[in-house]
Amino acid sequence: MPDAPGLELIAQELNDAHPGSVLETYHDRGQACLIVDPEQVLAVLGWLRDTPGQEYRFLASLHAADYLPAEPRFGVHYELLNMARVERIRVRAALHDPAAPGRGSSMESPEATAEGKVLGAGAEEAASLPVIDSCVEMFPTAEFQEREVYDFFGIVFRGHPDLRRILMPEEYVGWPQRRDFPVGGEPVIFTHNEREVPRWYE
Amino acid sequence: MRREKIRGLAPLEQPRSTAELRVRQLRARDLLRGDLEGEELEKHVEESVLATRLEKVLNWGRANAMFPATFGLACCAIEMMSIVSPRYDIARFGAEAMRASPRQADFLILSGRVSIKMAPVVRRLYDQMLEPKWVISMGACSSSGGMFANYAVVQGADKFMPVDIHVPGCPPRPEALLYGFNKLQRMILGNPDPGWRSRYNAAGTEEWARDDSITEGGAEEYARAREVARAAGSPAGADAGAA
Repeated sequence: MPDAPGLELIAQELNDAHPGSVLETYHDRGQACLIVDPEQVLAVLGWLRDTPGQEYRFLASLHAADYLPAEPRFGVHYELLNMARVERIRVRAALHDPAAPGRGSSMESPEATAEGKVLGAGAEEAASLPVIDSCVEMFPTAEFQEREVYDFFGIVFRGHPDLRRILMPEEYVGWPQRRDFPVGGEPVIFTHNEREVPRWYE
Repeated sequence: MRREKIRGLAPLEQPRSTAELRVRQLRARDLLRGDLEGEELEKHVEESVLATRLEKVLNWGRANAMFPATFGLACCAIEMMSIVSPRYDIARFGAEAMRASPRQADFLILSGRVSIKMAPVVRRLYDQMLEPKWVISMGACSSSGGMFANYAVVQGADKFMPVDIHVPGCPPRPEALLYGFNKLQRMILGNPDPGWRSRYNAAGTEEWARDDSITEGGAEEYARAREVARAAGSPAGADAGAA
């Protein structure tokens, strides 16, 4: 785990190599995180993987998080591991939600390839899903993990060979792990609410 | 507490009270003396002689040689596996031959949470079973969704397939599953379990809402229903007055 100054060093070198990529750094409880611009996430990951001093060649996890009231809304996290030094670093691509009121569709220029391959989203919705580049060529393990992120957050990965739902049924509508998605299930009928809860025959 | 004999050789129907038992004894005595005739004779023969009806024999055969189709979906499957072990032996009830193929199985033990992606698969397997078939829904998740009240789990398998016995528990102990299986056997034999209230002499103890807001005159209606239940004994009492 690069310590805080080491992390700052990485951020600085990264910003020299790809200006404007690293927006922030975040070091908490011994875990290092770089917050990057989603447009340049491939460049960042490539730099971290290929630069002789860094060599974070193992993608341990690719997942997303919804920070709803906070902007930017989505963070796509790439957990990278350097196997020789056993050092982990996290790259968070801070994505905005194009469907949020007041944002318009200024997010991405319409990507024919991304929308053509996206299944399970209506044509009018595909324009309002957040889009980010897919890192499948760099880390082949990302194929299923990006499908999972798509399944649960609706984040479209540009350039993914087969982007469709992986855990939920294919005709499912909605992005379950977003914060504004309802938890689901049924209200449990107890004695205190049995009159208010409608039964199946009502 | 009387234990009902599942082996069901004789008598086929248990006497429901000591008075009935006495009547049966007197009838047996009269039979031996040659004094029993007509309708009483027929009734006595029917009650105490095995194989009076082919259906009863078939039911006995079905109940004592059931092939489970085990559909182990989740954690309950572990407890289901353990009922085949020698400690909780299901082989003493004749059901240790767990058939993987639904075509060869008699009843389905649905053990584990059913996700909405899996539900059509379960339904298809159930449809592929041959009649007669039954379903035991094992555990809280397949009975009602269990602890998973969320977007991915069907809240109870009886939303898409008929279920005969629900076994509560998370997971139910193997003995609980065996008890559920015994209940299923009794159902098949034709004498379904009237419920624990009849066995523990708790006939009038059902709880009813006590105020009028459910129906007009609700309180009196429930009081009346409770009287009826107490008078008739539990089997009627469990159903009476359910609004």
